[in-house]
Amino acid sequence: MNNKEIALFANDIRRNVVCAIGKKGGGHIGGSLSICDLLAVLYGEIMKYDPENPDWEERDYLVCSKGHAAPAIYSALALKGFFPMEWLEELNRPGTRLPGHSDRKVPGIDATTGSLGQGLSIACGIAHGLKVQGRGQSVFCITGDGENDEGQIWEAAAYAANYNLDNLIMFLDWNKKQIDGRNEDVMRLGDLAMKYRSFGWNSHRVNGHDVEEIRQTIYTAVRDKNGKPTMILLDTVKGAGISCIEQIENNHCIGLPEKLVKECLGELSLVQGICLKN
Amino acid sequence: MEHIIYTGDKPVKEIFEVFSETLEELFHEDSSVVYIDADLMASMRTKDLWEKYPKNVFNTGIQEANMVGVAGGMNLTGLKPYIHSFAPFAVRRCFDQIYVTVGYAHKSVRIIGSEPGICATDNGGTHMTFEDMALMRTIPEACVIDISDAGMFRQLLKKTKDRRGVTYFRTPRRGLPDIYAPETVFEIGKGKILREGHDAAVIASGIMVSSALQAAELLHEEGIEVSVIDPVTVKPLDYDLIEMFARKTKAIVTVENHSITGGLGSAVAETVSERYPVPVERIGVYDRFGQVGNEAFLREQYLLTTEEIVNRVKNLVKRKNEI
Ligand SMILES: Cc1ncc(C[n+]2csc(CCOP(=O)(O)OP(=O)(O)O)c2C)c(N)n1
Repeated sequence: MNNKEIALFANDIRRNVVCAIGKKGGGHIGGSLSICDLLAVLYGEIMKYDPENPDWEERDYLVCSKGHAAPAIYSALALKGFFPMEWLEELNRPGTRLPGHSDRKVPGIDATTGSLGQGLSIACGIAHGLKVQGRGQSVFCITGDGENDEGQIWEAAAYAANYNLDNLIMFLDWNKKQIDGRNEDVMRLGDLAMKYRSFGWNSHRVNGHDVEEIRQTIYTAVRDKNGKPTMILLDTVKGAGISCIEQIENNHCIGLPEKLVKECLGELSLVQGICLKN
Repeated sequence: MEHIIYTGDKPVKEIFEVFSETLEELFHEDSSVVYIDADLMASMRTKDLWEKYPKNVFNTGIQEANMVGVAGGMNLTGLKPYIHSFAPFAVRRCFDQIYVTVGYAHKSVRIIGSEPGICATDNGGTHMTFEDMALMRTIPEACVIDISDAGMFRQLLKKTKDRRGVTYFRTPRRGLPDIYAPETVFEIGKGKILREGHDAAVIASGIMVSSALQAAELLHEEGIEVSVIDPVTVKPLDYDLIEMFARKTKAIVTVENHSITGGLGSAVAETVSERYPVPVERIGVYDRFGQVGNEAFLREQYLLTTEEIVNRVKNLVKRKNEI
């Protein structure tokens, strides 16, 4: 996909996030929207996968450690044909095939997450497992900035560096907010790019809504392996891409009544050349 | 028997309101009381306190294990910590820290685990704890309280301020109907008799107490009279009360929003089998993980309904009469 197509794909992911969460009446929209551009790059251009065979052994792996952003992952997976689009309508409903937190039972999901702080360790395990078996694919992991409060994240960070897991690329969704407010007010973690570097990682800071920047940074990390894991700090906005959601100060997990859904979709359909999919 | 005011209506005050009010009262009564949360103040609606009491309220961010350790350390300096997170993260996520730093080291820390069991509803399987009471019950000297009423919560939060060891409260954040009259006095280790009948005793805790009361009424209409007991503290259990009702009714049914392994049902069955063996039926979750759903759906899924209590009591009474 070229950058224009990736941007449109990101827009489609957002549309589906809104529709799915809207159908349910509410959910974790802020942190889902902040990773849509990343997901469009990953599923549009970077990752190797086979929707017909989600457990294909040669696929690249993706662990969404901030499991509450599952609506965004599911939307990308549905758009890429891992399961029918209609499944999105049953997001987080009783008896659903798509639980609100990222769940391994969903085709295309590599890890069950939702208890924050566990996914990076799983990603380390996958990366290390692939390495010792001489398998060459990449492992991607998405963590939240609030999630980086958890001690287990830093245990995994040490592990990845110690075992030279240069097949591991972790994205830190730096949207500057968690549940109780801004990271700065809840738990200051300082300069995260520097922290990871001092843990023995490569680290880069990019605009998390600029698909070209994201894509080039991932390409370089995959191509120029140097024995270190890579962390990409995505400078993002919680609720990104839909101004009426961005403007809500606490948009972590909110009700999404029909009126708001319409407003959101109205904004998204302004993106030029959109291929409407429902 | 206890004076109860249960109607099934909405409570006068929700648990989260009572929590904030009680903490505030505690801060005024004793400046050494502190409250720590791990990025779930917004969920428990305590952010106002965080602003208002900077010397008493702290946020660790998403660090449950660290929060337990910090609470243990603060207690060593004379502070009296109350810590909160969702039940899975307050217990399961940091069990060793609770066991060693608080339990084994005899610190005084109160842990509030909110939205236990099916109360996790839309948060689904990762957030659904059917094992928290089982885990906490195994810690020596720990106290485990399955909150069934806002007044109970308020009183026991206060009464355990100086209690040594692990004190664990599991409670929904809202929607718990009032059961007890305002003058009710609650004690650790003292159960409550909510209704008396000789055919069977239904021992229910937490959100299942009101279901047990409803079931008792339905059974009464069919001519079956049951006692309803709320143990208040699942540990220490009111052993004498359980034994008394085993002797009186010769048939016990336990009901809990928890796995039947390790929680109230286990505690009662252990007591009954050692003190006065009679048949015990345990209603609760059978060796299953949680899932997404609203409360009504989850009650059906895990057989935590009034009908289930009615049916199980009837079967048990029949079985008892055949013996
Ligand atoms: C271990 C654990 N503790 C607490 C929670 C409750 N919780 C869910 S999301 C969240 C905030 C996450 O913040 P962040 O990682 O920054 O995610 P984002 O803002 O990107 O959505 C919290 C505290 C959880 N899911 N897991």
